[in-house]
Amino acid sequence: MCLAIPARVIKVGEQSLGLVEMGGVVREASFMLLPDVRLGDYVLLHAGYALQKVDEAEAEETLRLLAEMAEAGRAEA
Amino acid sequence: MVRYVQEFHNAAAARGLLAAIERITSRPLNLMEVCGTHTVAIFRHGIRQLLPPPLSMLSGPGCPVCVTTNADIDKAIALAEQPGVTLTTFGDMMKVPGSRQSLQQVKADGSDVRVVYSPRDAVCLARDNPRRPVVFLAVGFETTAPTIAAALLEAEALGLKNFYLISVHKLIPPAMRALLDAREVRIDGFICPGHVSVVIGSQPYQFIPQQYGVPCVITGFEPLDILQGIEMLLRQIAEGRAGVEIQYRRGVRPEGNPLARELVSRVFETSDAHWRGLGCIPGSGLKLRPEYKRFDAEEAFAINPPPAKEHKGCLCGDILRGVKTPPECPLFAKTCTPERPVGPCMVSSEGTCAGWYQYGSS
Ligand code: SF4
Repeated sequence: MCLAIPARVIKVGEQSLGLVEMGGVVREASFMLLPDVRLGDYVLLHAGYALQKVDEAEAEETLRLLAEMAEAGRAEA
Repeated sequence: MVRYVQEFHNAAAARGLLAAIERITSRPLNLMEVCGTHTVAIFRHGIRQLLPPPLSMLSGPGCPVCVTTNADIDKAIALAEQPGVTLTTFGDMMKVPGSRQSLQQVKADGSDVRVVYSPRDAVCLARDNPRRPVVFLAVGFETTAPTIAAALLEAEALGLKNFYLISVHKLIPPAMRALLDAREVRIDGFICPGHVSVVIGSQPYQFIPQQYGVPCVITGFEPLDILQGIEMLLRQIAEGRAGVEIQYRRGVRPEGNPLARELVSRVFETSDAHWRGLGCIPGSGLKLRPEYKRFDAEEAFAINPPPAKEHKGCLCGDILRGVKTPPECPLFAKTCTPERPVGPCMVSSEGTCAGWYQYGSS
């Protein structure tokens, strides 16, 4: 039940409301818990509320570590 | 697939992580995933079968649906049966059997029970139907509690007089402490829930390594996240360290989301709460603060559900504590299936019994 899905902010409107898009589906979202969102940000959406921004730099860093693992994986295969 | 999802499904990286896991696993270890969303992901991606045999993954109590007691479901049913009341909740709660019935059954019998995607939807329903009392059955862990606090504050700002909550929220770290104190199973490391931690950060888990010497890794939900989380746990164990590390760094900041926590504590205060399988855990629930009591459904309606009773033969309690696995339950896959569930661990898509049923396991 604690699933939160990465969604891209496509509209920031009045009263902390806006729209997000995930895999082609557009949904209304509340930014009441994350007031400083900007257009184009990726957020973690849970039960209609954005809970946190996806930290792109951290994501890249994790992916870099995983790419090293993939290299090691190829070497083993 | 959505960005930040597909990149975490790479097969070569999975092989690399599995090789690393294999290399550092030298003795039998029990790792517990606390969160039901992890349990499903581990099943769906067949991770149990990929891990070297000395590693056992235990499923903990981390599905809010599964740990809701019959008594709390009975209460919601009693409210739904009040004339004129609309009861709203998340879809996962509909099929959960209470002592006698589920919300789905009382809906079929004519009560107005509705599934909402967001607690905001319940507030909007109350706003659009000012004469109808709308009750929201609020279940969930720290991930969900802020969304409910925010919805309640919106209801307050709108001046709604017909919106009510039944708060059966539960908090994860006190349940982890209860599991450790019970000492029924040996836990060598915790895969901590990623989205609970998006809100609470890493600090609330510190007592686990500090007082119990058990390492923790806050982990994301894609297959590579989980494998990397396991690898990080094993490395702590191999190096004789115990701390709280964050694998899911793209979502979890050490400080969590302070605003979300502030809204929760504006509306709620901690209380003792009853968990299915774990009993009463001090400080593990959230109840409305006195200033918000007028939103409390139990105060507003005089309900008096008959005493709760348990389902005969269901071992959900033992399963939620990681003491037993579903095939050890005599009802598993016989009398109890997802179509005709006996206990909540089979109903909830995140329940351990449902996971074993659907994906089988070694
Ligand atoms: S298999 Fe069914 S009866 Fe047995 S513990 Fe799981 S939910 Fe309960």
